[in-house]
Amino acid sequence: MSTATSSAAPPSRPAAGAPPLLSVRDLRVTFTRRGRAPVHAVDGVSFDVRAGEVLGLVGESGSGKSVTSLAVTGLLPRRGAQVSGQALLDGEDLLTMPRSRLAALRGKDVAMVFQDPMTSLNPVVPVGLQITEVLRRHTGASRAAAKEQAVELLGRVGIPDPRRRVREFPHQLSGGMRQRVMIAIAMACSPRLLIADEPTTALDVTIQAQVVELLRELVREQGTAMLLITHDLGVVAGVCDDVTVMYSGRVVERAERRELFARPRHRYTAGLLASVPRLDGPRQERLTPIPGTPRDVLPWSSGCAFAPRCAAADDACLSGDLALVPAGAPGAGAAVASGSGSGHGSSAEEAAAGGHLMRCVHPVPHDQHEEESR
Amino acid sequence: MTAIAPPPSSGGPGLAPASALGVVEEGGVSLVRGAVRRLRRDPAAITGAVLVLLFVLVALAAPLLAGYAPGRSMPGSGVTPSSVPGPSPGHPLGLDSSGVDLLTQLVYGARQSLVIGVVSTGLGLAAGMVLGILAGAFGGWVDTLVMRVVDLMLSIPSLLLAISIAAILGQNGTSVMIAIAVAQVPIFARLLRGSMLAQRSADYVLAATSLGLRHRTVVMSHLLPNSLGPVIVQATLVLGTAIIEVAALSYLGLGDANPAVAEWGRLLVRAQPRLESDPHLALLPGACIALTALGFTLLGESLREALDPKGRR
Repeated sequence: MSTATSSAAPPSRPAAGAPPLLSVRDLRVTFTRRGRAPVHAVDGVSFDVRAGEVLGLVGESGSGKSVTSLAVTGLLPRRGAQVSGQALLDGEDLLTMPRSRLAALRGKDVAMVFQDPMTSLNPVVPVGLQITEVLRRHTGASRAAAKEQAVELLGRVGIPDPRRRVREFPHQLSGGMRQRVMIAIAMACSPRLLIADEPTTALDVTIQAQVVELLRELVREQGTAMLLITHDLGVVAGVCDDVTVMYSGRVVERAERRELFARPRHRYTAGLLASVPRLDGPRQERLTPIPGTPRDVLPWSSGCAFAPRCAAADDACLSGDLALVPAGAPGAGAAVASGSGSGHGSSAEEAAAGGHLMRCVHPVPHDQHEEESR
Repeated sequence: MTAIAPPPSSGGPGLAPASALGVVEEGGVSLVRGAVRRLRRDPAAITGAVLVLLFVLVALAAPLLAGYAPGRSMPGSGVTPSSVPGPSPGHPLGLDSSGVDLLTQLVYGARQSLVIGVVSTGLGLAAGMVLGILAGAFGGWVDTLVMRVVDLMLSIPSLLLAISIAAILGQNGTSVMIAIAVAQVPIFARLLRGSMLAQRSADYVLAATSLGLRHRTVVMSHLLPNSLGPVIVQATLVLGTAIIEVAALSYLGLGDANPAVAEWGRLLVRAQPRLESDPHLALLPGACIALTALGFTLLGESLREALDPKGRR
């Protein structure tokens, strides 16, 4: 984490008043299966991503990060997954537009980089062809022109000898190379929104840093908006402008990156930070893991889903639906919404406004945390 | 008769994506090279390959090897109701019961088997792939409809199906090809569908979809090439079965009725009354059928093993 922190001069942020490119409001995804209770994988999530900005979506496995990205891009299976809410891309709702319109947008305006470059490239098709087919689909480029562009793209993502590499098959490339190819494919049509779903998870640490650096360069050069899904706080520290922390399908905290790292308010965020080693920490420092697993959850309707794993939990945490409230507000700790559901409606608006929000009855006190970390 | 042929392999995730032989061209040598290396170490594969190669060479070089036109009986052959002439200078294997040179019949029989086997397997493969792609790519009611038709066809034993079709279409080479091809269609359709279903949830398919590629492109250039491996292996195996079925049909009198066409199955029929006096009349064509089918089966099976990702490393 610290390696990235040290080099993280945030890209110059656009004016705060700029309208968001992607604006997700009250996104809900429910998986239904015959004979099983429905699973609320994503439960009223709202966030904004602006052009030239990177939003980190952070959480453990099963917190609903990937489902959020798949729902936004319409890639969830139509059967068994109910999606509601809004995902406005430049005012156009991705969730309700016709499938053909969405297919035309995907790859052109919205592109994705997936977690595992080993399986996300077609093993029997040369990598060059996998780039050119996107170009030809969306830009109508001729075969020859697309091939030239593919060579250029591979060069731009730092693949040596791109003219030879375009003819090679995925298995002839290393993991880092393959992820570079994936990024080249995603960036082929200069998308306005790039969704990167755990882009570094399957890679070696050294390669991770290179890939993070590459993504950041591309965002900066092209003014792309990026939604970066990760569980790796080191990656967050390296590239993200804003961070949204998810737990069990809901946003538990959102803040600007520096604010979040300096003053995490939600106990879950604090726990995540405490479980990451720091280069500038004292020697022999012991890491503090979060006890339990993400499966030890409560339904949000009965209180804080994180309560079973939280050291500070008490009965107040289990007294009903919690709202997402400004972290600095007086009396933030006692924000318990009275009626179920009434909480997220208002919080959705606040998510748009920005600022530090959290959903916790007993947030980490400011001063104490500062003493801990400094 | 069908005991030599293995049961059609069930669909499903049998083979790795890497097994799409047909697609790999330049640069992809190592995909195939590994398989070839394993094949060369496998005695069964070599035996199969030698048998198949021998069969194909004989079929191609039939006019050079035979010396006579097929089906031409020798004047004054000396065939009597109780015996046929044995080997003589002009006829290394002697004559058969209708006074035709046996070697000529066997050699031209190979040619007939190869032509009918390859053409019928090609037809069956093409039709089966169309059905399989429809079912595997669209799913839903298309899948249900196609697969019920396939189930219906599979519920009739393939030889019985071929016999019925040959009986309806009449006794000529084309009807034999069609009959055998139709009997093969469900095997290929089912196999390709299963293989495509297994690939459909692969990450690269999701990735391709996320790039906004048309469904047709995703199916034809991503799903299909990765699903072809098991189908190609199956085609090799089915070739062996097809050759047995050609013989079976003509043994049952449903083969090509033209006497100028030499067929192993018909040689068997003619040899039947003379089994006790001249068993070689039945043994030689029988051995040809068995060895050819064995060759294709060995080759197909070793191909399957060589391409199996679980067998690697």
